[in-house]
Formats: sequence, C-alpha cells, structure tokens
Amino acid sequence: MADKNEILAGLAEIVEEETGLETEEVQLDKSFTEDLDIDSISMMTIVVNAEEKFDVKIPDEEVKNLTTVGDAVDYIANASA
Amino acid sequence: MTATLTPTTTVHATAVLGLGVYRPSIVVDNEQICQWIDSSDEWIRQRTGIVTRHRAPADVSVVDMAEAAALEALRDAGTDPSEIGAVLVSTVTHPYQTPSAAADLAARLGSTPAAAYDISAACAGYCYGIGQADALVRAGHAEKVLVVGVEKLSDVIDNHERTISFLLGDGAGAVVVGPSEEPGISASILGSNGEKWGAITMDSSLLDLRDALSAARGTGDATALLDPEQKPWPTLRQDGQTVFRWAVWEMAKVAKQALDKAGISAGDLAAFVPHQANIRIIDELAKQLKLPEHVLIGRDITDAGNTSAASIPLALHRLRAENPGISGGLALQIGFGAGLVYGAQVIRIP
Repeated sequence: MADKNEILAGLAEIVEEETGLETEEVQLDKSFTEDLDIDSISMMTIVVNAEEKFDVKIPDEEVKNLTTVGDAVDYIANASA
Repeated sequence: MTATLTPTTTVHATAVLGLGVYRPSIVVDNEQICQWIDSSDEWIRQRTGIVTRHRAPADVSVVDMAEAAALEALRDAGTDPSEIGAVLVSTVTHPYQTPSAAADLAARLGSTPAAAYDISAACAGYCYGIGQADALVRAGHAEKVLVVGVEKLSDVIDNHERTISFLLGDGAGAVVVGPSEEPGISASILGSNGEKWGAITMDSSLLDLRDALSAARGTGDATALLDPEQKPWPTLRQDGQTVFRWAVWEMAKVAKQALDKAGISAGDLAAFVPHQANIRIIDELAKQLKLPEHVLIGRDITDAGNTSAASIPLALHRLRAENPGISGGLALQIGFGAGLVYGAQVIRIP
C-alpha cells in the first residue's frame, strides 16, 4: 500500500504542473474547487495524470466524490492497496 | 455454367482535390450568451477558448449551407458537378428524418444521378465521410465524391442550459475527393464507444415530442408544451467531464494510430486539425501528440465555436487561407463526438 504522504507529495506535483499552484498549497483539507480554484477540466487532467502516476483507476463517477485533496489521497491509497 | 461477373475497376490512390466552406452571418458573442446563462466572457474564454460563434438565420437551411460550401469546393477542385458520383452529407441537424439532405443537395448542384446519402456520426461525421469517399473512389463506385460536413446546431439547443449549448455554432465545410497518382488520403481509423451513448445526447426523442403534442391536443391545454421542465422539443446535453477525458486521452491514442497507419510521424505534419470541441481539448491533444513547433494547429473554435461535423473543414480552410504555404503539406484530422464515435486520417492539403 502506498504511503499517504508520498501520495500527497505526488498529487501536489501533478496539481502544480497543471495549475502552477505551489506544492505547499496542496494540503489534505483543501477543496479542489473552493480553495484551489481548480475547474472541472483541470480536475480531469489531474485525475488522468494521477491514474498514470499511481497505477490506479479512478472512474468518471468517482471524480465528483473527490471534493478535497484528502479524498483523492484516500481513494488512491485504497485503490492501490 | 454460371456467367462471370465483370471485375470492378479499382483506383490505386485518392486525394482531397478542393475545399470550400460557408460561415453564417449572425455572430453571437459571449456577452449575448451571458444573457441566457449565468456566466461571464472571461469564464467562457478560459474554459472553452470561444469568443464568438456563428449562427444561421431562420431562412437558411442545412442544405442551403451545404450548397454554398459545396460550390466553393467544386470551384477549388476544378470539378464540374456532373463528375460527382456520390454526395455524402455528414450532419445531425437536417430536420427531416427522410429524405436525406444529400439527395436534395445532389439535385441542386446538378450531380444527379450521383449516389446520395447522409452520415449520422456527429462531430466525427466529416472524418467518416472522408473515409467512405476514399473507399468509394478506390473501389470504383464513383470517380469523384463530394463530402460535406454541415450543422445548424442552433435548431437543437436550449440557450438556457449550460452543458453544451453555449459552445455550439452553425456552419458548413465541403471537399471533393478523387483519384490521385500519389496517395493523398491515408487509411482511416473509424470507431465507436457506444457504452458512452448517453455522454452527449438529445434530452428526449421525437416520440416524446409526439406524445407531448398529443396530450396537449387531448386536454386542449398547450401550456405544458411551454413548460421548460417538460422540454418537449429535444435539445442537446453532454456530460462534459466524461467527454473531456475521452476526447483527450482516448483520442490521443486514435490520432497516434492514424499517424502509424499513414506511415509518418508527428514531425512530418504541416498541420493538426482536430474537431473544434474546446480549446483545452485541442491544446491537451497537441501536448499528448508532442507536436513539433512547425506543425500549425487549427484553432478556428475561437471565432466559430463548436460546429460538429463542419468544424474540421472550417478550421482547415482558415489555416490554409492564413498560411497558403501549407497547401501540399500533410494534415492529421480527427473527429470525435456523440455516439461516442471517432474518425481520423492524414490528408494532403489541397
């Protein structure tokens, strides 16, 4: 099972690449849309890059449940377990 | 003993011989869109790249638009309408279930008795048409084929919904395909992902409309027909996230297959002309394909919006008008949309 801190760090790099946000801003309690101002299209790019990086599948219908960075980290951790 | 059938005379290779378009006169900017939906010019530009879209007046039909584009394509190809052996019209907005827009168009152009039929492959329709035209000419069914991508999407949208309507415009593009010494059209990649049938769809069927009209007649109360919740007139909807994901990552694979089948690499291209769905899809596709800087990218969407089957020839026409030097170069074109369906091939730009 992947370490959650490693997943967070990897996810933060993906978010930085897509949006230009500093990796330190990508924290577990941050909402993708409310706090990080990530739109639905950027979210899909982040999801696909996360699938590749962590070798997991994140179906379209799951994406809308990933409200916060923590939700995404938990989902990836469970999916790669 | 049974008689022997005469073998078909086949043609070695085909090419696109000429290109024409029709852009409707009415320009709808984002400010006008924002009178219908709660949005802003900045939001629409950032999410879609669209600044304006063109829409046709009420008295201009799908076949009128197709005819205008076809006449320019025939002139550009130096082809007489009587030389056309098949007329293919890719559209989802011809307002008659039957007869086809193609049969009307063939007669108007003076191409009778050319074979004539419509293709329902939404935003992939133009690439489907090129694939079929290539096959018809090579198999000896027609010496030259007219392919038209035309849409009057303004007839099938609800300006007040916000999943797709604000993206869409009207327009037409046409090409003539004919025999060629050298291959000018590569093998087409045509396919479907029908398990995503509902990702882009009309929100109701014509039967629902019939039943709503029938109920209104029965009760003598037509107010239900005006109720936006009843939505009797079918209009388009899409699941944008699902479509975006499919359009970028699945279509990047299809685009690479098309290059492989053509036996070329991205560096051999003069232009990349994807369906004009959304500037973010276009940019992300270009990134996935690792296109070198010299490859020009069709970005007609900024001005024309998403015109479904018409978007690729419209974008190619603009690229060629602005960069006449690309004539004779290779263009990768890929269409993808409702079905979901897709089509791609490489052509030599006329």
